[in-house]
Amino acid sequence: MAMFIRVDVDNTVIEKTASLADKLVEVCPVKIFKLASQPNAVEVVEENVDECTLCDLCTQATPEGVRVVKLYE
Amino acid sequence: MRFYEFEAKQLLKKHRIPLVQSELAKTADEAAKIASDIGGPVILKPQAIAPGVATASAKEVADPAGAKAVAAELLGLDDGGRKPNGILVEARPTGEAVYSLSFTYDGTTKRPVVAASDMAGKIDDLGDTHPDRIVRRHFSALYPFSDYIAKELAKSLGLGGNDLKRMTRIVSGLARLFLDYDFADLDITSLVKLGDGNFVVLDVQADLEIEARHRQRPMLNELGFSKDDLRQVREPTEFELAGARIDEEDIRGIISPIAEFDGNIGLVIGAGGGSLTLTDAVRKHGGRPANYAAIGGNPSVDKARRLTKLVLSKPGVEKIAVMSNVVSNTRADLVARGVIKGIIELGFEPADKILIFRVPGAWEADAAKILQKYGIEYCDRTVSISEAARRAVAKAG
Amino acid sequence: MAVIVHEDFQFIVQGITGREALNFTRECLQYGSKIIGGVTPGKGGREVYGVPVYDTVREITETQRVDGTIITVPLAFAPDAAYEAIDAGIKEVIIITEGIPRKDASAIVEYAELNGARLIGPNCLGVIVPDVCRFGSLGGPAVDCRKAFKPGVVGVMSRSGGMTTEICNALTLSGLGVSTAISIGGDPVIGSTYVDLIPLFEADEDTKAVVVYSEPGGTAEADLARWTQENDSRLPIVAFVAGQFMDEMPGMSFGHAGTVVNKKVDSPADKMRRMREAGISVAEEIGDIPDLVRQAIGN
Repeated sequence: MAMFIRVDVDNTVIEKTASLADKLVEVCPVKIFKLASQPNAVEVVEENVDECTLCDLCTQATPEGVRVVKLYE
Repeated sequence: MRFYEFEAKQLLKKHRIPLVQSELAKTADEAAKIASDIGGPVILKPQAIAPGVATASAKEVADPAGAKAVAAELLGLDDGGRKPNGILVEARPTGEAVYSLSFTYDGTTKRPVVAASDMAGKIDDLGDTHPDRIVRRHFSALYPFSDYIAKELAKSLGLGGNDLKRMTRIVSGLARLFLDYDFADLDITSLVKLGDGNFVVLDVQADLEIEARHRQRPMLNELGFSKDDLRQVREPTEFELAGARIDEEDIRGIISPIAEFDGNIGLVIGAGGGSLTLTDAVRKHGGRPANYAAIGGNPSVDKARRLTKLVLSKPGVEKIAVMSNVVSNTRADLVARGVIKGIIELGFEPADKILIFRVPGAWEADAAKILQKYGIEYCDRTVSISEAARRAVAKAG
Repeated sequence: MAVIVHEDFQFIVQGITGREALNFTRECLQYGSKIIGGVTPGKGGREVYGVPVYDTVREITETQRVDGTIITVPLAFAPDAAYEAIDAGIKEVIIITEGIPRKDASAIVEYAELNGARLIGPNCLGVIVPDVCRFGSLGGPAVDCRKAFKPGVVGVMSRSGGMTTEICNALTLSGLGVSTAISIGGDPVIGSTYVDLIPLFEADEDTKAVVVYSEPGGTAEADLARWTQENDSRLPIVAFVAGQFMDEMPGMSFGHAGTVVNKKVDSPADKMRRMREAGISVAEEIGDIPDLVRQAIGN
């Protein structure tokens, strides 16, 4: 569905740090992440991905756990 | 947001401002009945919004029969695509003296101001013809209104005795109402002193600050305003209502205003000053805009997508020009994403539908890459607004 | 020299965790501006791009010098944010928030005046002195901002934030450059009008000419014309009035909240006439501005 941005999440990295999942949900200004059903993990909200402002707050929170890819590059 | 005069008077009445006897007629027969109740000559005022219609069409009639005939005629007037919302039938007392009052915000001093004259009319017009007959007093939007300000105004109008006290009460009441209800302009174009010494308001024109409509909802409800009634000078079209809905449903960025014209060039243009400048530029180069749709305040991708679809779906619009001033907070890349997404969702090739994409500034490098991927030429900041408009008009043919 | 801001200018951002504020906070930091704190009630203790976030303004002003604040909070909270900043002693206040009713704007202006603070806006993008300080949201990311704003000789005041950057970009491309640019706001009641600000340019030795962008609605242009006639200014002024198409559409509002032709003084034609009579050079097309500036300063 998203045409311009892809967000890859590695929950095996995220679950290692306490409350990192909460932080990802909180920092994203366009609500790309939501808490997953399993603890300490996130899911990507596909319909919000093209709204990504490339603010880097998620990748700053976890450089290994999240990757943001510009599909137009 | 212009009020019908009968609505303004309802509000004034509630706040005990003395008014001339008047009643709203919805039909010619009602007008005749009210005229006969009032007795003697009456004035008929069609309740209209479009500039000038209400004042230009008010008519005085001698009796109920005249009221019926003239009301029938006035009810058929064109008020920017609407019919008048009834006829206000009013007594027309002649008095010993007549005054006018005007409340507004003075952009120079940044304060609310009340102006008064010992002549009837709009203060704005009297300012040209009789500047020496106008007195003014600024007041405060920070502190509560104090009666002495009204008293000083009355004094400077040359009033004394009971006249001064009565005028002070009226001006104070109106000033509080003006502030409490967030009016942008409140004009009493005729305030008459009757033979018995009392003052009555004859003619009122009131405009609500459109930005305050949400917090003034209780008052608007009381007056019977429907929720999406913005009292534009002409009735909004389907296209305009759809644009307003898109704007309302997503708070990220602003599409406002949106207006429909009868040209062929669809415009998705930068908001605020950029949209004004671009519309002037398109027209200067002989182009005929199909619409005005200013998008700004950093719209979301989704908002740009929905606006693009709306404009391209308008009958007669083949292609759109996406143009803006050099953007700062609005992002060129997000606009590009939204516009392209909208075109693709309609089943078209972006390159076939975009006359020009001139949105330089914030995130332009990303915007250029996105456009390149879809085969659209990116105009950078060296292409001026005038040049962009010229190219769009030339390509539209 | 510079207008309003200077090299050591330190400011805060009220509403720093919002979508727009995040954007321009990062952009200002990249540009080299000194943002020493942000305020979002309930989010005290967090950090945004290295800037500490507080619950109240006073927590910052009690320990540090704060020269200015940028307010970009939702409009229902904007007056409160302004009063908080003014009461905490901040003297340069920018309100970016759009849609504040004029009664509230008027009250904020009066409160600022009573407390010796200057208000720019509402509904503006702030101030920039190229390569010295960016105090607001003009120009976008630092890399794009530097393209539009190069140091130079022209002061710019604009009722449109977007057109501030557009005009500065044209002045920069033409080689004239910009001394200070101020986006003054598009609302009917704003804190600082052309006439309030032009003495600052008059006193700024870097400024050799002033460009003014204006729109339908309001008395600001008539006031500027009067100021020009009453003061023996050293500065040539070049003005542009957008929205000429609106003269055909009385009562309709386009662009900004302040943009409507109801009274005679509101009309672009009337503004252009008054300014021309006062000796202000009025550009027919936006693209003519740089050449008119050159003619005016004999360059």
